[in-house]
Amino acid sequence: MSMVLGAKAQGKPKITLRPVLIAGLLIVGFWIVVALTIDVWTVYDPLKLVARKLQPPSFEHWLGTDALGRDVMTRTLYGARYSIAISMIVVVCSVAFGSLVGAMAGFFGGWTDSVLMRLVDITLSFPPVLLAMAVAASLGPGLQNTAIAVIAVWWPVYARLMRGQVLDVISRDHIEAARAGGASSYRLLTKHILPLSWTPTIISATMDFGQVVLLAASLSFIGLGAQPPSPEWGSMISDGAAHFYSWWIAFGPGVAILSLGLGFNFIGDALRDILDPREL
Amino acid sequence: MTQYVFRRLISMPLLLLGVATMAFFLSHFTQADPLSALVSERQMGNPEVVAAAKQRWGLDRSMPEQYAIYVKNLVTGDLGVSFRTRRPVLTDIAERLPATLELVIFAMLFGTTSGIVLGVVASRFHDRPADYAARFFALFGSTVPVFWSGLLLLYLFTVKFGLIPGPGRLDARADQPPFVTGMFTLDALLSGQFGTFLDALHHLVLPAFVLGWSVTGIISRLVRASMLDVLGQDYILAARAKGAGEARTLLRHALPNAMIPTLTIVGYSFAYLITGAVLTEAVFAWPGIGSYAVDSARTLDYPAIIGVSLIGATAFLLTNLVTDVAYAYANPRIKLG
Repeated sequence: MSMVLGAKAQGKPKITLRPVLIAGLLIVGFWIVVALTIDVWTVYDPLKLVARKLQPPSFEHWLGTDALGRDVMTRTLYGARYSIAISMIVVVCSVAFGSLVGAMAGFFGGWTDSVLMRLVDITLSFPPVLLAMAVAASLGPGLQNTAIAVIAVWWPVYARLMRGQVLDVISRDHIEAARAGGASSYRLLTKHILPLSWTPTIISATMDFGQVVLLAASLSFIGLGAQPPSPEWGSMISDGAAHFYSWWIAFGPGVAILSLGLGFNFIGDALRDILDPREL
Repeated sequence: MTQYVFRRLISMPLLLLGVATMAFFLSHFTQADPLSALVSERQMGNPEVVAAAKQRWGLDRSMPEQYAIYVKNLVTGDLGVSFRTRRPVLTDIAERLPATLELVIFAMLFGTTSGIVLGVVASRFHDRPADYAARFFALFGSTVPVFWSGLLLLYLFTVKFGLIPGPGRLDARADQPPFVTGMFTLDALLSGQFGTFLDALHHLVLPAFVLGWSVTGIISRLVRASMLDVLGQDYILAARAKGAGEARTLLRHALPNAMIPTLTIVGYSFAYLITGAVLTEAVFAWPGIGSYAVDSARTLDYPAIIGVSLIGATAFLLTNLVTDVAYAYANPRIKLG
């Protein structure tokens, strides 16, 4: 979330950060390619029992087999589909909804602003995981509901961000000029204000991808997200916790969540340096 | 200043009511039937049992009625009765609060200390390998799933190395220290049971490390950035010119000023600790509020989930208030809106 962004060191040409950007793109690109093409080149079926159960890593099964005898490596690779899909959906929906609310609050001000921002305040009063758990529990377990729960937690961040930006842009002279020229509210917002307000949202959204993957996996770990036998990372780690001595069951999915999180962070960091060279 | 604190204080009950309303409606627009958590599957066909259960938990009333009852009860401190444990939610939470507090305090100690140390090191060796290493360690901590790192570290240190006792707060054979605060380390010290103190501490090390690591990154990032900011200022140059040693310049001249913005993030990172505590407790079988929340969520025990969310939100709002006020005192230039 936005406060994780923290602050950035003062300027200095950011040539040093380029390797980080490349690393980030490689990691995220790897997982996207895996998610899209895994069906074509997979050796095992992620749902079929392919070997004896609870086998440690071996040449045939690089990450061993789980409690039912399914190949953990295959399941980990397939897990990318869930995590990438869910983080895309969550980030896009949260950005769309949050930005809309924030832009309206900032643009119209007055009562609209008060009501919408109080709603944001209330939502942000909850520790994220507890709110997500409450939403997911009340909607019932399942991937779709996990997505809704995470969106419910995430949109206010973008609402605040967008409101601040809109308030900043709206006070500039060119808005006054456009208004004097007779531009409608709609036109002002879409043509004159929003195009100048996106940068922080884009940076924040990129950073948030990793956090969203993490939160969604957490819900699955608790048992509220993807249900068995889906090869989802969080629920695979939960399987691993149930078979504590077979560490390899949880190993792969954890590395996957971690790498995707790091990848998005690297990209977000680099993006911030490129798009917004001011200190943030 | 007083006015600001006062205004923040009166807005608290309103925010809390908003929080309660939201939590209430969330749990009631549910597709999952709370009855299924109350009545066993076999008894579902029995209309008498179902009706009795409905009546007992007020599920036969209309939604506004249920809401009115709920808010009225809240004001008197009644968070309802858990479907799962059949005990008042507040009692359940109060019983488990000390365990969570103990864990969070130790995690915060570790997270803050390591965050400050890493931040200072990173700023001192700006853009050199030590800087990259410190930043990576910090980023790693805030990206790694605690329920995974906790699991693997627990396996590594208990099964492989045998250095750390298994999950839980105390050795299974050990007696709990006499109850004073409910925090085992403190209670053991107060009653002079040094062995119990060590045992409790031994059990705390790993979960507190895992949990604290998740805030290390948040804190060290900010310390690093504000240290870099401060180190570039003239008075640091003046201190160096006067011949102040490197350690003195960093710790006595730069750090105190760099700590002001850090103060805020230490307060806000509390929210992350709560988030992390839920999952850490689940992994380490830590009998606190977090594992209570997880068990409640799994059984769709909504009075309990609402109760925990409310307590969590209250704690969160209060920490934010305290943080903002402390920040205002530490930095009088800040204007409060």
